[in-house]
Amino acid sequence: MTTKLSNAQIAWRAAQDIADGAYVNLGIGFPEMVAKFQPPGRQAVFHTENGVLGFGEAPPAGEEDWDLINAGKKAITLKPGAAFFHHADSFAMVRGGHLDVAILGAYQVAQNGDLANWSTGPKGVPAVGGAMDLVHGAKRVAVITDHVTKDGKPKLLEACTLPLTGVGCVTRVYTSLAVVDIQDGRFVLREKLPAISLDDLQAVTGARLHPDGAVGDLVVPEL
Amino acid sequence: MDKRIPSLAEAVAGIPDGATVMIGGFGGSGAPIELIHALIDRYLATGSPGNLTVINNNAGNGHVGIAAMIEQGMVRKMVCSFPRSADPRVFTEKYLAGEIELELVPQGTLAERIRAGGAGIPAFYTPTSYGTDLAKGKPVAEFDGRPYVQERWLKADFALIKAELGDHYGNLTYRMAARNFSPLMAMAAARTVAQVTQAVAPGGIDPEHVVTPGIFVSGIVEVANPAQEEALNRADAAYPPARPQEVQA
Repeated sequence: MTTKLSNAQIAWRAAQDIADGAYVNLGIGFPEMVAKFQPPGRQAVFHTENGVLGFGEAPPAGEEDWDLINAGKKAITLKPGAAFFHHADSFAMVRGGHLDVAILGAYQVAQNGDLANWSTGPKGVPAVGGAMDLVHGAKRVAVITDHVTKDGKPKLLEACTLPLTGVGCVTRVYTSLAVVDIQDGRFVLREKLPAISLDDLQAVTGARLHPDGAVGDLVVPEL
Repeated sequence: MDKRIPSLAEAVAGIPDGATVMIGGFGGSGAPIELIHALIDRYLATGSPGNLTVINNNAGNGHVGIAAMIEQGMVRKMVCSFPRSADPRVFTEKYLAGEIELELVPQGTLAERIRAGGAGIPAFYTPTSYGTDLAKGKPVAEFDGRPYVQERWLKADFALIKAELGDHYGNLTYRMAARNFSPLMAMAAARTVAQVTQAVAPGGIDPEHVVTPGIFVSGIVEVANPAQEEALNRADAAYPPARPQEVQA
């Protein structure tokens, strides 16, 4: 019995909602896994904010060209039809509403769509990168995340307590337990693992879940 | 017209103490390593230029390029979006010791501020950073019912960038994702010097393929087979080399 989804399974679930031909930006790290799980017959075009559209997988070790990297500074390859552009054009694609989907990680998400994913507080050296840009402009801004923190605290909250990345920007959250939409300042529960009860799910969620209509089963293959 | 500069030393000779310098590159891709190292050579020989404000996406990696400038104490302030890297220790230690100033700018805002600087637009409004700590103290205005943050242009005294082909008029092409900030910085600096992997005569670049028109470029210096910062870091390089006899061995 699955008690929670692995990161790969969360990424798989998020990938099922990406349409053929969609322009997609995947955040650095865990969200990059989404690219591996595109359903057969669909091909998204991936954008990386340092200036490439249409990139593919990492090259084999030893064949890296370090002028050809993604926003995480990892070596990539190009697919036929790829394009290069400078940074202002790249972020015009982001802010200008040209991307269909951005998928990001999160420390915290609030029921009004606020996202905290860039800073855990004032210690150390602050670094933001493109996080604050990516939450604006994409038609859908989805988050993929474990449902709770490493020490078991809710990540879905009434209000974020960590520094915000963006206000009211998230439209859907894929977690290790559920799929939740953000609508009218509320978490609307769309799917949950069949093995977890609504009460148990609510107990690990920091804001009220609204099961408007039928709640679907979150069913993901073993990966 | 011939914008070729015969040597790296001459290419960086005019940068004074206290200058604001934009440096192209996103991580190692597009970093003009030879121009940066020529600037370090000048600093080590003459004590100048110091007290620099450097604008780049990052704040150096390892002990080469911008990290080496910071390590030598040439940099008073970094303006960047992401002062972390595989090995950010040089910046991190100086920052935590209060020896270097940081202006943290979201990446797309950094790009647009530089573009605005080059385009003669003193300020603009962006949705980025609204409601966050990075918008504190900045004017906010509503357009069509949504709030936006006012950001100001960024300009520089000098830009040091890396390009692929450069003709004698300063027209430039770039190599793959090494383009990143360089076309914007070329516009935003009073004086832009590009190191080019190959200098060609006018006509050597198809006008359809020019990415940065020469009007934005003051000088080019040819550096065939340029170093790649990522490759240098993977080889644990440092600049200047700490123990040259070992490097030769």
